[in-house]
Amino acid sequence: MSASDIDAAGGRETPSPGDQRPAAPSATRRRAKRIGGVILSLALTMLGLMLVTFIIGRVMPIDPVLKVVGERATQAQYDAAYQAMGLDDPLIVQFLNYIRDVIEGDFGRSISTGQLVLNDIKRVFPATVELATLGTLIGVFVGVPLGVIAAANRGGIIDQVARVLAIVGYSVPIFWLGLMGLLIFYGILGWVGGPGRQDIIYTGMVPTVTGLLLVDCLIAGDWGAFKDAFSHIILPASLLGYFSLAYISRMTRSFMLEQLSAEYVTTARVKGLSERAVIWGHAFRNIAIPLVTVIALSFGSLLEGSVLTEIIFSWPGLGQYVTNALLAGDMNAVLGGTIVIGTCFVALNLLSDLLYRVLDPRSS
Amino acid sequence: MNMQTNLRALLLASAVAFAPAAYAETPADALVVAGSINDIITLDPAQAFEFSGNDVNQNTYDRLVDFDPADLDAGFQPSLAESWEASEDGTSITFTMREGVTFHSGNPVRAEDAAWSLQRAVKLDKTPAFILTQFGFTPDNVDEMITFDDTTLTLQLDAPYAQSFVLNCLTANIASVVDKELVMQNAEGDDLGNTWLATNDAGSGPYVLAGWRANEVVQLTAYEDYFQGAPAMKRVIVQNVEESSAQRLQLERGDIDVARDLSPTDADAVAEAEGVKIEEQPRGRILYMGLNQKDELLSNPAVIEAMKYLVDYEGITSSILKGEFVTHQSFLPKGYLGALDETPWTYDVEKAKQILADAGIEGGEVTTIVRDLREYTDVAQALQGSMAEAGLTLNIEQMTGAQVLDAYRAREVPIFLGEWGPDYSDPNTNAATFAYNPDNSDEANATGLLAWRNAYEVPAEMNEATLAATQEQDSDVRAQMYQDIQRQYQAEAPIIPLFQRIERAGLRENVNGWQSGGAVTSVIYRGVTKGE
Repeated sequence: MSASDIDAAGGRETPSPGDQRPAAPSATRRRAKRIGGVILSLALTMLGLMLVTFIIGRVMPIDPVLKVVGERATQAQYDAAYQAMGLDDPLIVQFLNYIRDVIEGDFGRSISTGQLVLNDIKRVFPATVELATLGTLIGVFVGVPLGVIAAANRGGIIDQVARVLAIVGYSVPIFWLGLMGLLIFYGILGWVGGPGRQDIIYTGMVPTVTGLLLVDCLIAGDWGAFKDAFSHIILPASLLGYFSLAYISRMTRSFMLEQLSAEYVTTARVKGLSERAVIWGHAFRNIAIPLVTVIALSFGSLLEGSVLTEIIFSWPGLGQYVTNALLAGDMNAVLGGTIVIGTCFVALNLLSDLLYRVLDPRSS
Repeated sequence: MNMQTNLRALLLASAVAFAPAAYAETPADALVVAGSINDIITLDPAQAFEFSGNDVNQNTYDRLVDFDPADLDAGFQPSLAESWEASEDGTSITFTMREGVTFHSGNPVRAEDAAWSLQRAVKLDKTPAFILTQFGFTPDNVDEMITFDDTTLTLQLDAPYAQSFVLNCLTANIASVVDKELVMQNAEGDDLGNTWLATNDAGSGPYVLAGWRANEVVQLTAYEDYFQGAPAMKRVIVQNVEESSAQRLQLERGDIDVARDLSPTDADAVAEAEGVKIEEQPRGRILYMGLNQKDELLSNPAVIEAMKYLVDYEGITSSILKGEFVTHQSFLPKGYLGALDETPWTYDVEKAKQILADAGIEGGEVTTIVRDLREYTDVAQALQGSMAEAGLTLNIEQMTGAQVLDAYRAREVPIFLGEWGPDYSDPNTNAATFAYNPDNSDEANATGLLAWRNAYEVPAEMNEATLAATQEQDSDVRAQMYQDIQRQYQAEAPIIPLFQRIERAGLRENVNGWQSGGAVTSVIYRGVTKGE
């Protein structure tokens, strides 16, 4: 799924030159139609996503009942659990029941944690959001300038450094880099906190308000806990930020190169504008739109794709939760996680769509 | 994965030289443990049957009888029951309750609570219920079979079982005594509090459950009014850390006191490091080899005999299992009543060849499936090598644990390599699955019995001996009976116990009194103290 899906479905129309009459009712109707279209496409996307996930879950060669009752269970106990989980219904009935429950706000109970999926997700998702947000911020604030400078000094030393950084970022397994990071910055240097979101001694000291630990520490005004939480998040976030910046800097560089070879840039230079003004004032403004898409996608992939980082750093986030659930055949939890991630992607797409309108004067 | 493991080992090994002394230290009255706790699905003692769930409930609840953490070998000791007495015919046991004990809620622990807890477990009929129902309790009769008055509780059994058998089963977590009033206040419908107890505690044990966040952390706080005295560690925090190397770094830096899932490489390294130590304790799990008797080749007694000499016991424990297991060739783990320490088999390819030649067997081929865990596949490959030397071909296919288990329960695994963990602290737990199989037909569908899964037609006299041992009142005689069964088993059974699991916990040097539970029970925190 990408931002362009929503464009197609949401219909980001450009007013045609002949369409000059400002008829209020028809504009309202058009807007309503557009919103309706967006909602319909969202509903269909989510339904398709759930259907595919549901079917994959049911054909997987993992017996979820055994996870619940254990291998020592008698046949009677097994059968009781099988029925209680609704597995004796036909697949389509199971799916429809699930959809009905979800619409009623009931995501079911996870068999790998024994708790309501909704509560589980409320607990694990903020941990992932916090990590992915910080990672993306690092990726953007380092990656974008790096890409712009690399493009402006094509073939220069900074361009070479950026290239090597990106190649390493693309090719080194995150697993290895994570363990190396822990070993050096936690094990040997002691600059950062170890695995987990905070030192064990701070566990449960800060009341949960948003679930975002850094924010909760600030709300509680506990500076010590904040510093501790920051020391724990900075290493995994930097790691994710590194992977994100490898992608963002490469994309920024290629967008910029395209712009810098355009005629308006030459014109600007001929007019005698400083190189800085040409790059940041003219070329960069024009790459803002595709860059927003790149950043949104990168954020989305960090939300769903930081499983290994979460495992290495014992980070109790959504990636780890869904992976554990998948291995246990815990489909309620997997579906719940899928819906959350799917919704995030859709929301990010809408957001980038919205930003297009802000950034591109032609679309307003 | 394998390469990554090696790489990690190398990196960590090279880092040890640079590792500075730990600066951090956990508080003197808190015990911080790192381990993998993602197997917990509920904390209701009537349902929890996973290792980490049992580790929690062991400490939040008391039972009528319990183990002394300082001396597990002494067996069950009075706990909420002060004393007990069996009827003359052995079919009932009456317990006298200890007075003055209170639950965490402040409610007194009464005989009524103890009786209700057992009745509740039988009625809920969750997986571990068989530990109690094997004495004849059913959801229908349990209210009459388990009775109480003000100070005593009586169990009426359906046969004159050995007292040690019944009491050993009562040390299991399913026999935990729960606070009836508190649980019933929180019951939903007719669930007898099952949903509420999944995440709450209603016990009287040395620790109170302060919180469990799935896949993240379990927090316990000391129960100051504990009837055997408040424990020294006022907080116990168990953090879910799945990576062995992460656990090792945390331990060496002093951020945790105990690391419970160290890989062999990390445990070896920790043993060398400063300020930390390794404590080894044999656990209950037995790694064994099951030869499926539906397979023509494997059902030949000469092949069964030869296979016992084709396992490189020393080589495997030293180079593959690396301190995580020791050689153990009988089905009762060390630490159990009647455990047998005899190791009749050694690695001897020539002898195996001779046995096969004497029986006129020239070659043969078996294809089996093995769970895709490094330990098992490496053991399978070692076996493949030694079988080849003896002229037997072993083909190995790797599958996930769930797939292998499904096939095994359907009697479709020719050579099974895997572990069996005892369910409760009585020898019958293993005897009744390894050495008991009253009906070997496919229709019997006795998927819970290892003998059935391997299609092993247990001789009638062994079936009878296994049953008889559950009713022998004299414990010494009972132990002797199990030893006799195991000797006969070693002589003829196609299920071959090979190794017993060892837990190598990494501890900070100042941690004393760590008790992982040995072979018979779960971890016990109340004896832990911290020195300077």
